[in-house]
Amino acid sequence: MEIFRWLGKIAIGFFETLGFFSLFLLKSARGIFRGKWSRTDLSKQLERVGVSSIFVVSITSAFTGMVMAVQTIDQFVRFGATNYIGGVIGLSMVRGMSPVLTGLVVTGRVGAAMAAEISSMRITEQLDALQAFGLDDVAFVGSPRLVAGLVMLPLLTIYSFVIGIGGGYLFVVTRGIHSVTFLKSLEALLEPSDIFGGLLKAAFFGIIISTTACAEGFRAGNGAIGVGEATTRAVVWSNMLILAFNYILSTILFGGIR
Amino acid sequence: MKACLLEATAIEKSFGENAVLRGIDLALSAGETLSLMGPSGCGKTTVLRMIVGLIKPDRGKITLFGREMTHPEDDESTIDLKRRIGIVFQGGALFDSLNVGENVAFPLRYCLGLTDEGEIERRVFEVLEQVELPGTESLMPAELSGGMKKRIAIARALVHEPDILLLDEPTTGLDPQTARHIDRLVSEIGKRRNLGILAVTHDLVTAIGISDTILLMDRGKISWRGTPEEWKTSEDPNVRKFATGLRPVRAGRTVCP
Ligand SMILES: Nc1ncnc2c1ncn2[C@@H]1O[C@H](COP(=O)(O)OP(=O)(O)OP(=O)(O)O)[C@@H](O)[C@H]1O
Ligand SMILES: [Mg+2]
Repeated sequence: MEIFRWLGKIAIGFFETLGFFSLFLLKSARGIFRGKWSRTDLSKQLERVGVSSIFVVSITSAFTGMVMAVQTIDQFVRFGATNYIGGVIGLSMVRGMSPVLTGLVVTGRVGAAMAAEISSMRITEQLDALQAFGLDDVAFVGSPRLVAGLVMLPLLTIYSFVIGIGGGYLFVVTRGIHSVTFLKSLEALLEPSDIFGGLLKAAFFGIIISTTACAEGFRAGNGAIGVGEATTRAVVWSNMLILAFNYILSTILFGGIR
Repeated sequence: MKACLLEATAIEKSFGENAVLRGIDLALSAGETLSLMGPSGCGKTTVLRMIVGLIKPDRGKITLFGREMTHPEDDESTIDLKRRIGIVFQGGALFDSLNVGENVAFPLRYCLGLTDEGEIERRVFEVLEQVELPGTESLMPAELSGGMKKRIAIARALVHEPDILLLDEPTTGLDPQTARHIDRLVSEIGKRRNLGILAVTHDLVTAIGISDTILLMDRGKISWRGTPEEWKTSEDPNVRKFATGLRPVRAGRTVCP
């Protein structure tokens, strides 16, 4: 009997959190148009999301592209399908790997820092001070961060396409496959709709990262311990939702996961 | 009869089982300074947070500038009323990501909607002079001492020329000299601008020094109210307990509890 109560409690907590995130997202999305927030803060957030993650995105994307090439090149050679290798690496980067990697990396790099920042604003009454000045705190803090996530994730993902495919390309070329073969197959297999799908995913992930970070920051409590807890929860939820949404969006956009 | 800026009637509030406020009444008019005193955890901060609409009372009503605050967050006009209040939070609540100048400019930009950078700069400069911290605009909050933080927080609460100033323990944790300095500052500015000031404090010297009326909270109610003069001579047991606060520890010695 205990176990059912325990499971029930977890399930309730799960849906409560999802509901809380959705509500927060709704409020900060409305705040973009209706609320007051600072333009300078928006440019700060854009810079923060973009600049602070670009190095890590480069490293992870380059290695992932190369590993993909390393692991598949023998099969392509064995089946005489080397004309496809560029396209296959390109497709898997664009449709899934790049957005997901970028999402996970930005979560760790920026989402965590945002959650820590906002939860410490919560416990030091800075969010209350915003409200006392007659501002909508969710709009003031949440909206610029939402916009930053929404704008920067697709941009970083485009960057990750380039670096990831470039990594694969470099490895493949050193193994004696002609660069024209690689590029031609890329051109042949990669459709604009793939790129669009990948970017759409990235935009979703940007929303997820900002929303989980801000929402968990807003409901932090319990002093300095609360800051750590909020940060951890934001990272866990963000990663979980990114992977879940990757599945859902792949099914919708590409008719199945690759 | 002076204009009544703020009136709280029969305010009650519980956090779960914990009945913190059990019927608080207070009124504040222009040019008047009230001190709200009471033991730690008796609900003083809760009263201030209620006035600015951060917490809703379970029962009772709060009237600001003659208007009852029923739905503090929803209505544009009540937001405008809130902007006529300056509040100094217990910990200062300066924005960590902004420097002192931007912190102080904040209410100008977002409460008054000023965009003229020259005017903003001038008013920030003026108010920083008033709290005797000129030239600190470019410092970050993390670079300030406790007393400086409090004074910057006071500057930020005053810069948009509110009618009501709410202070949560403006002098607690400061050395006596800085504390007296802040007292002087608050009462000077209060007089000059004809502000209504409600100061929460543990500091008897502050309370006696700045206020027209002292309110003492005990178990969720205001158990005593009177002038500083009356406070000094009051026979009320709560007042005596709080005022002397002294009990013998060893023969011939006393300490504050
Ligand atoms: N958000 C909250 N949730 C639950 N309990 C709260 C909350 N805020 C305050 N309390 C409780 O209300 C009581 C009064 O708190 P408050 O902060 O108003 O005290 P205070 O008089 O300002 O004390 P101090 O002088 O130490 O600052 C405390 O017992 C506190 O635990
Ligand atoms: Mg307090």
